[in-house]
Amino acid sequence: MTATEPTRQNEPMPGPGHSEAALQSREEMKSGRFRLKALVPTIYIIFLLFPVYWLISLSFKTNQEILSGLTYWPRNFTLHNYSVIFNDPTWYETYINSMTYVVMNMVISVAVALPAAYAFSRYRFLGDKHLFFWLLTNRMAPPAVFALPFFQLYSAFGLIDTHIAVALAHCLFNVPLAVWILEGFMSGVPKEIDETAYIDGYSFPRFFFRIFMPLIASGIGVAAFFCFMFSWVELLIARTLTVTDAKPIAAAMTRTSSATGLDYGVLTAAGVLTIIPGAIVIWFVRNHIAKGFALGRV
Amino acid sequence: MEKTWNNKAWFFVLPVLLLVAFSAVIPLMTVVNYSVQDTFGNNQFFWAGTEWFTEILTSSRFHDALMRNLLFSAIILAIEVPLGILVALAMPKKGIWVSVCLVLMALPLLIPWNVVGTIWQVFARTDIGLLGYAVASMGINYNYGQNPLDAWVTVIVMDVWHWTSLVVLLCYAGLVSIPDAYYQAAKIDGASRWAVFRYIQLPKMGRVLLIAVLLRFMDSFMIYTEPFVVTGGGPGSSTTFLSIDLVKMAVGQFDLGPAAAMSLVYFLIILLLSWVFYTAMTNVGADKAPKRDQL
Repeated sequence: MTATEPTRQNEPMPGPGHSEAALQSREEMKSGRFRLKALVPTIYIIFLLFPVYWLISLSFKTNQEILSGLTYWPRNFTLHNYSVIFNDPTWYETYINSMTYVVMNMVISVAVALPAAYAFSRYRFLGDKHLFFWLLTNRMAPPAVFALPFFQLYSAFGLIDTHIAVALAHCLFNVPLAVWILEGFMSGVPKEIDETAYIDGYSFPRFFFRIFMPLIASGIGVAAFFCFMFSWVELLIARTLTVTDAKPIAAAMTRTSSATGLDYGVLTAAGVLTIIPGAIVIWFVRNHIAKGFALGRV
Repeated sequence: MEKTWNNKAWFFVLPVLLLVAFSAVIPLMTVVNYSVQDTFGNNQFFWAGTEWFTEILTSSRFHDALMRNLLFSAIILAIEVPLGILVALAMPKKGIWVSVCLVLMALPLLIPWNVVGTIWQVFARTDIGLLGYAVASMGINYNYGQNPLDAWVTVIVMDVWHWTSLVVLLCYAGLVSIPDAYYQAAKIDGASRWAVFRYIQLPKMGRVLLIAVLLRFMDSFMIYTEPFVVTGGGPGSSTTFLSIDLVKMAVGQFDLGPAAAMSLVYFLIILLLSWVFYTAMTNVGADKAPKRDQL
């Protein structure tokens, strides 16, 4: 014990930036916690990846193999399930539909949220706190409450089965979210920057686009990512508002059940395809994702 | 930050106001309208007063769904929050593994909710699913389509799989924002690992942990798609949570009046919780502000 655990007197003063590492290494020596420490995230990630592995594995199997028994890896590796999706317009168009309304929603949400977030972060005005709270309640609103009235509202405007209907409906929870995230990021920019720009003779629009927006670029990215994410994963409203022309891919997956039973191969292949866009965009925001969930307030 | 009083800021907020009013206030008014009226088809409506509200508030169906939902949220929080903290504490702090961990952990959050349901529906089947097969081969009579307990376990494990990463990410962000000076001080004092956690890490994570707890509570309180895909609210009505019950009532049976009344009650509960959330968050923010100046 005395050999491995140095006493406090002869231990050198910890240098800045390394003390937590030092704390950890001391513990590792003490109780062999090092292994345990790496073990926890590893087990957790394996737990996360198992269902995903199963989904991917099934998507490369033939239906016969899926139903005939359990195989850990596709024995007759096939791309048939994917070719079904990519050769059938009613399949791959749903994929394009999802992308279209998600991008539309993202653009609308961030565009309207930018000035509003600026106002909330810089000014006090009549009813600002009430307004902010009201916006929050919309993020917390259960989509189930809105499904039916949305259907009637958009029917009245003749917008059922259009991309813009879904994009606008998703603004219900994405705009408040974008305002919250952007407000958090904007509040981190000192107000002196605004004032200096005005003194230097910048007009407001020029200041906003040339100076301010580059400063909160990561915030805009995170807000856009979260709009993408919540619009992409939401289905209840998207399915209610669409019939065929704007149907999202996730809703099209119900097609795989037919008279002959569920077509598991195609179902899982479609599932894999819906994971890919998310997996790509996570990479770009990996260091900011937590800040977004904390509404810009870590 | 000192904010200046300027009512012209309303012009900046106007687009958001109009957009959200269009997609929130108008639909909500429709709901209010239905909740006080009765219809026998043909678009003829009769004033029903508070009839539907009394019916909903006294119906055992609503009470059961509410109780199930509260129980579900409680179990979810009891599992996900400690697990999330544990994983966040054990995560590497520097190097390439941080990015790998973050990306892999965030993956379930980006999967469409009905695909999450589909994944688990397939994964937990005893004939073609790995999990179901593994459990069944251990000699446990597992069938989430027949046994309510199995259905609950499946739905809970699915939610833990789906959302624990949110808690992990938030706690991790809170942890890395702790200045090194705190750890140095703890080290000089010879603090134990537990003391470091209890008196430094936990208080410093307080703010993000609050957000995590409340987000998880709200989202589990309005969960719909995932359990619906896996169990369809069954067996019987053992996994029929509030949202599933509501959609069943509104779209399945087309009972607009009771469904609208239930929507409003449901929404009021959420509103109350949001208010608690908002107050808690602004208060925590106020507590934190002077401390940040001291550093």
